[in-house]
Amino acid sequence: MNDSGIDLRELYQDIILDHGRHPRNFRALEHPTHLARGHNPLCGDRVTVYLAVEGDRIADVSFEGRGCAISTAAASLMTEVLKGKTVAEARALFAQFHARVTGGEAGESPETLQDDIDRLEPLTGVKAFPVRVKCATLPWHAFEAALKSGLAAATVKTE
Amino acid sequence: MAAAPLRFEKATVRGFDPRAVRREFPIFTTHPELVFLDSGASAQKPRAVIDGIAEFYRTDYANVHRGVYSLSARATDRFEEAREKARAFLNAADEREIVFLRGATEAINLVAQSWGPACLKPGDEIIISDVEHHSNIVPWQMLCERLGARLVVTPTDPTGEFDLAAFEALLSPRTRLVAVTHISNVTGTLLPIARIVELAHAKGAKVLVDGCQALPRMPVDVQALGCDFYVFSGHKAYGPTGTGILYGRYDALQSMPPWQTGGGMITSVEYAKTEFQDPPHRFEAGTPDIAGAVGLGLALDFVESLGRETIAEHEQALTGYAVDQLSRIPDVQIAPGGQHQLSIVSFNIDGVHPHDVGTVLDQHGVAVRVGHHCAQPLMEKLGIAGTVRASLGVYNDEADIDRLAKAVEACREMFVR
Repeated sequence: MNDSGIDLRELYQDIILDHGRHPRNFRALEHPTHLARGHNPLCGDRVTVYLAVEGDRIADVSFEGRGCAISTAAASLMTEVLKGKTVAEARALFAQFHARVTGGEAGESPETLQDDIDRLEPLTGVKAFPVRVKCATLPWHAFEAALKSGLAAATVKTE
Repeated sequence: MAAAPLRFEKATVRGFDPRAVRREFPIFTTHPELVFLDSGASAQKPRAVIDGIAEFYRTDYANVHRGVYSLSARATDRFEEAREKARAFLNAADEREIVFLRGATEAINLVAQSWGPACLKPGDEIIISDVEHHSNIVPWQMLCERLGARLVVTPTDPTGEFDLAAFEALLSPRTRLVAVTHISNVTGTLLPIARIVELAHAKGAKVLVDGCQALPRMPVDVQALGCDFYVFSGHKAYGPTGTGILYGRYDALQSMPPWQTGGGMITSVEYAKTEFQDPPHRFEAGTPDIAGAVGLGLALDFVESLGRETIAEHEQALTGYAVDQLSRIPDVQIAPGGQHQLSIVSFNIDGVHPHDVGTVLDQHGVAVRVGHHCAQPLMEKLGIAGTVRASLGVYNDEADIDRLAKAVEACREMFVR
């Protein structure tokens, strides 16, 4: 009974279900240097991303909020891969991730980030579910907004 | 309408065959396996409407109320005939009480912007219920802000029933308008409109009813209800998008200034002064959606051919069946819709986000709406981010509900462990 021929388990892989149920780094940072909120008005999902940047390195990253399994897992996996990265590496990861979930041009991926790109791979199942792509990218957009706005607590919205 | 018994094993109404009705809807020929449970958002269109609109363009189309040639006269007749159909459908006293608009949202905004400033003073109050769609909240909120009036919210009780006692306590001589839905688009609660009108009128307040969910599925008699305004969207009543009706008691419409201005709504224009037409034309500036109105008339014919008593009975039985089937599934929580829940069942699976449920159901060929249903304040009250909403149409039957229940089970197996 699957009209589209797309396997749901490609979207809801075990790792996604696991991170959706038991998100990692799900807390507020006590002393963030950057934070921003993401809001998807369509479904009401909200996420707040906290960063502690030391020099050019992301020393700590966490998130809070409520959302579907996809956005929760995406936020959780994002915090895992971002911790310890330089800001430049983090931006490169976002570019790679964004291209992979939207089917856009990824460009060359730095070899040093390949492990992290692989870890994010399970989320690329959303490509086959266009209305759910924003769920996966929302925490990343919040992360990017946090980098830009520091502690001004910007809010990004999916259109 | 009789109270809905909430336990059903079978949901068959004698003489009504949803499978035969389904054959009148070409979408199900294109998608034979589709279980469409989102008619509350927009209903599918019967062949009579789709073909009737094309036929109108082929045979009778011209602008209305303008040409002296016979084709324009024919188009005008078809357009005004649709107005008469809407009048009869609502049992309004006079067809001049029927205004063609783009939808319920536009109709509510018209009343807010035309009636509002003429009749509201600072300190006056507008009462809405806590199960309203954003379209029956925001126009009043903006109007109140503008005029220094107060928006008052009257509650439903924990069973989903409209709380008449609480409403009565909130009514006061300051109440100028009560704006309530006939059936909640989230919980399916049927509100006791006739009683609400009686209580409101006793305080001198007018009543506007959002009939979007009720009108396509139960008899509606605006004279028996006694309301001053009744609005609905054509596309939820099996008609074309971009159509809708404002019913207003003639004396109320007559007292209201024009809203939008332009051609078709004037009697004379000089640079110094313009005189406006009487209702309904006063509120229909510009060339209307002529074919849309004709299509809406055909949709109302279609609904009438099935019989609204019959549709109400069928959908009431099917609503009960859906509540029953879903409540058998562990971890499923249904938003209570009171004693007279009709055509809408909102639910959640514990621990599973509605969007994930929606995606899984879609993969099982079941189309439902998920999210806040344009009712964020109600979601806030219920303490949830959103719900999964199954809403019925004339083409649904028990087999659709069985497939919904099966898909919900599958979803639960996937997420709840």
